[in-house]
Formats: sequence, structure tokens, C-alpha cells
Amino acid sequence: MAAPEAGTIGQAGRRLGAAVRKLGAVAFFLMAMLRALPYAMRRPALVWRQVHNAGVLSLVIIMTSGFFVGMVIGLQGYDAFSRLRQEDLLGAGAALTLLKELGPVVTALLFAGRAGTALTAEIGLMRATDQLSAMEVMAVDPMGRIAVPRFLGGVISVPLLTAVFSSIGILGAYFVGVQLMGVDNGAFWSQMQEYVESEDVWEGVLKSAVFGVAASLVAVFEGYTSERTAEGVGLATTRTVVITSVLVLILDYMITAFLL
Amino acid sequence: MIAVDGLRYATGTGRVIFDGLSLTVPRGGVTAIMGPSGTGKTTLLRMITGQIRPAAGRLLVDGEDVAALDRAGLYALRRRMGMLFQNSALLTDYSVFENVAFPLREHTRLPEPLVRTVVLTKLHAVGLRGAAALMPAELSGGMARRVALARAMVLDPELLLYDEPFAGLDPISMGMVLRLIRANNDVLGVTSVVVSHDVEQINTIADYCYVVSGGRVIGAGTPAELQDSASPLIRQFMSGEADGPVPFHYPARDYQEELFDGGA
Repeated sequence: MAAPEAGTIGQAGRRLGAAVRKLGAVAFFLMAMLRALPYAMRRPALVWRQVHNAGVLSLVIIMTSGFFVGMVIGLQGYDAFSRLRQEDLLGAGAALTLLKELGPVVTALLFAGRAGTALTAEIGLMRATDQLSAMEVMAVDPMGRIAVPRFLGGVISVPLLTAVFSSIGILGAYFVGVQLMGVDNGAFWSQMQEYVESEDVWEGVLKSAVFGVAASLVAVFEGYTSERTAEGVGLATTRTVVITSVLVLILDYMITAFLL
Repeated sequence: MIAVDGLRYATGTGRVIFDGLSLTVPRGGVTAIMGPSGTGKTTLLRMITGQIRPAAGRLLVDGEDVAALDRAGLYALRRRMGMLFQNSALLTDYSVFENVAFPLREHTRLPEPLVRTVVLTKLHAVGLRGAAALMPAELSGGMARRVALARAMVLDPELLLYDEPFAGLDPISMGMVLRLIRANNDVLGVTSVVVSHDVEQINTIADYCYVVSGGRVIGAGTPAELQDSASPLIRQFMSGEADGPVPFHYPARDYQEELFDGGA
């Protein structure tokens, strides 16, 4: 077997080194945010403003997406269950799919695309225009004033948005399954009650909480450490979407494997 | 007020910015730091405010070693400083009023009527009391600089740092900023450090000037003394000649050779 070229090994080593350094930087960033937590906790208005920005302003896209994802589950679920002559299970199937998997995952991906990119771009531009430096010189910690409220806003918003997504998704599945395809209304809800356990709901809550922390951390970190140029802010915004998407899918598998 | 001794600093890429820089800024005067672009004038201001730490040497502000201060000490020192950023650095999601009120709200417990009075007084001083409700995006560059100056002055600091305060200003805004810098010094006794390469403007307001190049001070004196300097480098800088000891051309291969080698 031919030995790999030294350049290839060197390049792989450099990339690995860069990845390890970035992980270290994220850990330091997280510690700095923890240190700045009391500042933000004393100013709850800053956090609620970010819950509004990240959460309330994402409601339309979350509700629309949730309804259409639910309708698709209604169609596909009806098709699959009808082959087994088990159409009555559609409600349970849709609820389990949405609560345990699609709700947390799709909400986190949508959050990264709408709120995460906005957070990164906003913080990156503040950095590029010296607003963060100005705060430092004014003896105000930008970590407490800017990073922590945005991080907490995301952490609080994602589980709530997930709950909205899953609820609307179930309504979408109900609309298609019961109203369009003729599944029995009582069977739809009773089978859901029969098969959906509280552990299933908590699994979704746990995932959404973990995804909320991951997505918010990535968005705030990328903005805070972006290059002070237009291109740097653009690249950081792209990285937010890419890293969050991959991270959410990896974390989803790990949590699922751990809980099952 | 500020004493810099043997300061050394290099960027992450290894480019040497300061190589034994030493200077002193007396209390209550207007001191100008001049030099060609890229000589680290802004870096020096960031070191005075403790945002960057030197690799070696000491930088004392009012007797305190900035690099040795802990976080609380540094923040306490910064509350006694104000800085005017080159790009104004106004907080874009706050109005002009809220930008100027920001340091007051963060560091004092003044009642709202008093905050309003102080902010309007500072805005009046820069001629922008009428613009209090505007957002930063609605301001011209000169107006933004004046709002940033009002914000820098709002806590009545002992030390005001100006980073290229004249860059990109129209003549009216320029005259106003010049007058404000001088007035802050004459009326309030503020110590001012003005970083600029605008020789003409510096000559009108500075009590003392340092010319920095190659990581160290190459000339110091009053503006008049620098104008009469025998040093070719200082003469080139003060008279704005394109070529001289600081070459017009960035180091490159021979011109003819590069043009006719066919890109090889």
C-alpha cells in the first residue's frame, strides 16, 4: 500500500489542530459567559428582548413549517398505515414522530436558519464596527450585555418553539388524516393517548433543550469571534448554519441512542 | 498621566508594531501621537485602555500598570477614561439620546430627570440636542462623530482618547471637533491624547507631539519644534512629501525586470 503523502498528513494534522483549538476557544467562551451571567440576570429586560427577537419573531416560520410537516406526516402516515390496515394509528404515529424527532430537529434547524444567522450577523457587525470595543472602553462587559442575553434568549426560545412546532404539526396531521383522508376522529386522538407516554414528551423536551443550547452557543460564538470584515461576518453566518445543522443531527443520534 | 516605557508588541502574524516605544503624556495637556498609517497608533490607544496587553515594557496610567490590573481594577480605570473611536462605534440599536445616556445608566444611579439633563447638556455642547431622538443610521459621519464625543464626555472623564478624530469630516464638523477637544482641555482640565496623521489640524490644538515610526518614537516636541526638525523622516512627515525616508513604493522587485520577465 502506498504511503500517504506527507503533505496530506500534515494538512490533516493542521485541520485537527485547528478543530481542537476551536473547541478550546468555545470552552473558554462558555466560561466567560458563565462569569458574565450575573450581569445579564440583573437585567432581565435584555433577556426578554432577545426571547422576543429569537422566539416571537420566529413563530410564523415555525408555525407554517410545523403545519406543513404535520400534513406531510399525515399523508405519508396514512399511506403507510393503510397498507397495514391500521389507519387508526395515524394520530399516535404522527405524535410520536413529531414529539420525539421532527419537532426538536426541524425546529432547531429552522432556528439556526432564521434566528441563529441573525444573531451571528448582528454580533459580527457590532464587532466589525467597534461597538463591542466601545462597550469595553466604557467599562461595560459586552459578554454580559450582548452575548449572554442572546444566548439565554435562544436557550429559552427553542424548547418553546419546539412545543409550538409539534402542536401545530399534530394539527396538520389531523387535518390531512381526519378531515381529508377520513380517518376516524375519535380513533386519531384515542390512539394518540393510548401510545404516547410522558417519556416520549420528555425525550422531545430534553432534545429541544440540548439543541437550544447548541444552536445558541454556536450562533453567539461565531458572531463574537468573526473577522472584522464584511466577508468575515458572511463566513461566520454560513458557519453558524452548517455547524448547527450537523451538530443537531449528531446530538440527535447520541441522545436517541442513549435514551432507547 | 500616562507613562510608556520600553513597550514591545507584535501581532499574531509576527509583525512588530512596537519595538521599545517610550513616551509620557503630561496631565492636563493635549498630546498628539502622529505617524504614518500602520505604525500602531490605534494599537497604542487600545493598550492604554487595556484591550491589548504588551509583550514587554510598562504602560502606566495615573501610576497604575494597566497590564497588571485585574478585571475590576481595569474597569475602574476605564470609568475614568473616555474614547472617541475612528468610526464612532455608536450602538446602532439605540437612539442618539440612549447612546449618550448609556454610560450614565450603566455606572450611576442618577434619577431619570437628571440623566435627561446631563445627556441634553452634552448633546447641546456638540450641537446635536435637536438630534436626540434620531437613530445612528440617520446621522451623517460628522454628526455620528459628535454624538460619540458627547458619549465619551458624559461621565466627565479625566482622560480622553481620540482615535483619528478628524478623518473624513467636513470642514464645519472638523472645526467643531477641534474646538471641543481644545475646550475640554482648557475648561475642564481633561488630559487629551489625540492620535492622528492630520498634521495641519494637530498643529492647531496639540501642546506636545510624538511622531511614531518603525515601532518607536522618532521625534517629539511642540508642533513648532517638529516643523523645524532637522530629521529627514520628521520633515517628510510634517510637510507631507510622498517620497523620502519613508518610501512611496512598497518594497518590490525592480520595476523593469518585473514588467519584462513575462510573469515568470
